[in-house]
Parts: sequence; structure tokens; C-alpha cells
Amino acid sequence: MEHITLLIGIVIVTALVFDFTNGFHDTANAMATTISTGALRPKVAVAMSAVLNLVGAFLSVEVAATISKGIVDESGIRPEIIFAGLVGAIVWNLLTWLAGLPSSSSHALFGGLIGATVASVGTGAVHGEAVVMKVLIPAVAAPIVAGLATVLATRLTYRLARNTDPEASATGYRAGQIASAALVSLAHGTNDAQKTMGVITLALVSGGVIAPHSDPPMWVIVSAGLAIALGTYLGGWRIIRTLGKGLADIQPAQGFAAQTGAAVTILASSHIGFALSTTQVCSGAVMGAGMGRKGGVVRWSTAGRMVAAWGLTLPAAGLVGAGAALLADQGDWGVTAVAVLALGACGAIWAASRRKPVDSSNVNEAEAGEPAGVVTAAIQAVAPPPAGALHQDAPATSPVAPAPAATAAPAATTA
Amino acid sequence: MNIDWAALGEVFGVTLVVTVALVGLFTLGIVGTARKPGASATAGGAGALARTGAYAAFALCAAAVGYGISLIVG
Repeated sequence: MEHITLLIGIVIVTALVFDFTNGFHDTANAMATTISTGALRPKVAVAMSAVLNLVGAFLSVEVAATISKGIVDESGIRPEIIFAGLVGAIVWNLLTWLAGLPSSSSHALFGGLIGATVASVGTGAVHGEAVVMKVLIPAVAAPIVAGLATVLATRLTYRLARNTDPEASATGYRAGQIASAALVSLAHGTNDAQKTMGVITLALVSGGVIAPHSDPPMWVIVSAGLAIALGTYLGGWRIIRTLGKGLADIQPAQGFAAQTGAAVTILASSHIGFALSTTQVCSGAVMGAGMGRKGGVVRWSTAGRMVAAWGLTLPAAGLVGAGAALLADQGDWGVTAVAVLALGACGAIWAASRRKPVDSSNVNEAEAGEPAGVVTAAIQAVAPPPAGALHQDAPATSPVAPAPAATAAPAATTA
Repeated sequence: MNIDWAALGEVFGVTLVVTVALVGLFTLGIVGTARKPGASATAGGAGALARTGAYAAFALCAAAVGYGISLIVG
């Protein structure tokens, strides 16, 4: 490993930071409705998701080799371009997190890489058809497929259980929700940790450290898994709140239908070979669950902002990536300038987030300024605690509890 | 531009059927195991049958989760 240059080292660290924001951003996909219906307490939910993400990272390295999926021409790619693309993806991920909007981390990564490639090499190195096939169509299809399946499933479950006491059935729904959420977390770890492994491997190949077409080295797999797990554990509480509370009012039965719809959509699409974006699948499922219940509420203003963020992800991350690539191409001082500017942007976004912090303690309070949300919060505060929630939490805590300490300690040394 | 409509349609169909089937099965399990008000006094045979069916439904759901894990691992 003595051949790793400073630049490659910077790219690896940046890729791990992106991996961290990826986990951070996407905790909501698996756990938002699990947290908002009270199936798991917030900290327990993110801990479970983190462990499953870490496990998922080790399950397979199949797709890590094909990271950019033919979207950009990998033959001429240089470490500066990868670095610039990652900076674009990280900045956009943090901005959408600040706004509490679920947006696809993969789209941000693709956008950043595309922008950096165009700025540095030219439009010829981007495969437009691959962009449409791998990014645009899945992004449009995902919420529709998952949403429709969830609408039907929600209607069915309310119809079948109409004579059952909602208090009694809620316990069962919450248990089912945990199983579905676990599947989503595991699938996420397998898919998204591999993207980072692929980026790091690509950087190592481009720097001539390892031979082309080789599998990611073990230290890459371990560090990528730990980074995504740490990000997941720290939890993007703002996005969890939007998805669990802001988008629709979710009862346990709806939460179960949404989580199951999301898990089935993700597994079916990746198995059949038409991969759909996890973020869009999960958001679509939550909206479907909101529409499926009689008297259910979907807050379309929030949904509209979210869809706008989806549309902006690729071009916005691309613009940042392109700017970073132009600067990084100027040489060592350019790369340093990009790194300093990126750190500054991350710091500014973090500082802005501290003005109205969202964490595990207030994640289930609805956003201020949304009248329907205030009512929901008030009803929740008055309502008695859900029966059975306590004894359900107890067994879930014990196997998961040691994990945060275990993941946090090694990650601190690798980062 | 060659959009793979067949694969997209297949994803759509499979997702729809499997989601509705799984949620339906699980709901049947919940309904079957839930204690109905006043049901304790009636014949135990029907209750046992409902409970057996409910456990079968839960078992099928568990099998689906197992299959899902095998898809992720494989």
C-alpha cells in the first residue's frame, strides 16, 4: 500500500465521507415509518438498521466492480474527476438533508460523476442513453410501482381487519413492520455500501495501485461497511421526520403495508434486473399508504417539494461536481481549494442545521407550520401509549445494543 | 433508445401481486390470532381452526422473508 499517493488517499477519504452521508440520508428509507408508528424506539431502530447495513456490506461484492454502470466512460477517468464527483454528491446530500427531503444518494453520486466528467473530459464521455435507462426511468417508475402496490395492500388490510380491535392488531402490524424494515436495511447495505467500494476500487485502479478488474480489497469492504453503518446509526433525523410524519399520517397498519410494499419492490426490481431507486420506492410507498386508508392524509406540498428535489438531484450535484472538476484540474492547489471549499460548505450546512436541530428526541414531532401536523402531534401526545409496545421493544434491544459502540470505535480509526 | 418495457412490466406485476398477497396473509394471521370480544364462550373448535390458519399464514410470511434474505445474499 506504499504506492497510494496523497491524491488517492484524499479520494478514498472523500468516498468514505460520501458513504457516511449515504447511510445518514437513507436511514429514513428503512426506518422512518417504523419510528413514527412506534414499532421501535428511534435509537433502537437506527441501531438495528446500522447493524444490518454493516452485515449487508459483507454479503456480496458482485456489483462493486460496475460502479458507474456504464454512465461515464471509465477508461479515461482520473482520480481528480472521482474526487470532484464525490464532492458534488456530498454537498447535495447534505443540502437535501438540511431541507429534510429524501433524495437518492445514488442519483447524487451519478450526477456528481457526470458533471465532473463533462467539465473535465467533455460530453462525449457520458452515455446519455445509459443515464435515461439507469436513472430517469427507474426514478419515475419507482414511486408509481411501490405506491400503487401499497395503496391496494393498505385497502386490503383495512378491509380484512375491519372487525378487529385496532389496539390489539397494532402489535402484530408493528412486528411485521420490523421484519420488512430489516429486509430494506439489509438490501440497502448490500447495494449502497458496494457503490462506495466500487468508487474506491476505481480510484485504486486509476492510480495503478491494484490491477484493473480486481475485487475490492478487504480493507475497502470493511471501511465502506463501517462508514455506511456509522452514518445510518447517527441517523438523518430530519429526513426520518419528513418520511415518517411529514408526508402522511401513518398508522401501524399503513406502516406495515408501506414497508412491505417497499421491501417487495426493491427485491423484485433488483432480482428481475430493472433496479429501482430505493429512496423513490420508499417515498412512493409512504404516499400510497397515506392514500390507501379512508380519511388518510397525504401532504401534497411536502410531496411536491420532495419531487422537486428528485428532479434537481442530478443537475445540482452535476453542477457542483463540474465546478469542483474545473478547479481540481488546475493542479495540486486546485485539489486543495476544492477540499477546503467542500469542508467549508459541510461546516456551514451543519451550522445551519443546529439552529433547528432534529434528533431522536423530537423526530416524531411534526414540522411546525403544517397545520395538519400540529393536530397529529397533539393527538399523539394525548393518546395512551400503544399496548404491547414495551414488551416488544425489550427483546429487540438486547441483541442490538452493543453494536453502536462496536461500529463507532473502529470507524473513528479508519476515517 | 431501447427501453426494457417487459422487465418493467414484470417488476410491476410481481410487486403488485406479492405485496398484496403478503399483506393480506399477514392480516389474516393478525385477525385469526386476535381475541374477539365474546368469542371465548363459543365453541373452541372454530377458534382453534382460526388460530391454526393464522399460524399457517404467519409461517408463509416468514418463508417469504427467508426467500427475501436469500435473494439479497445470492
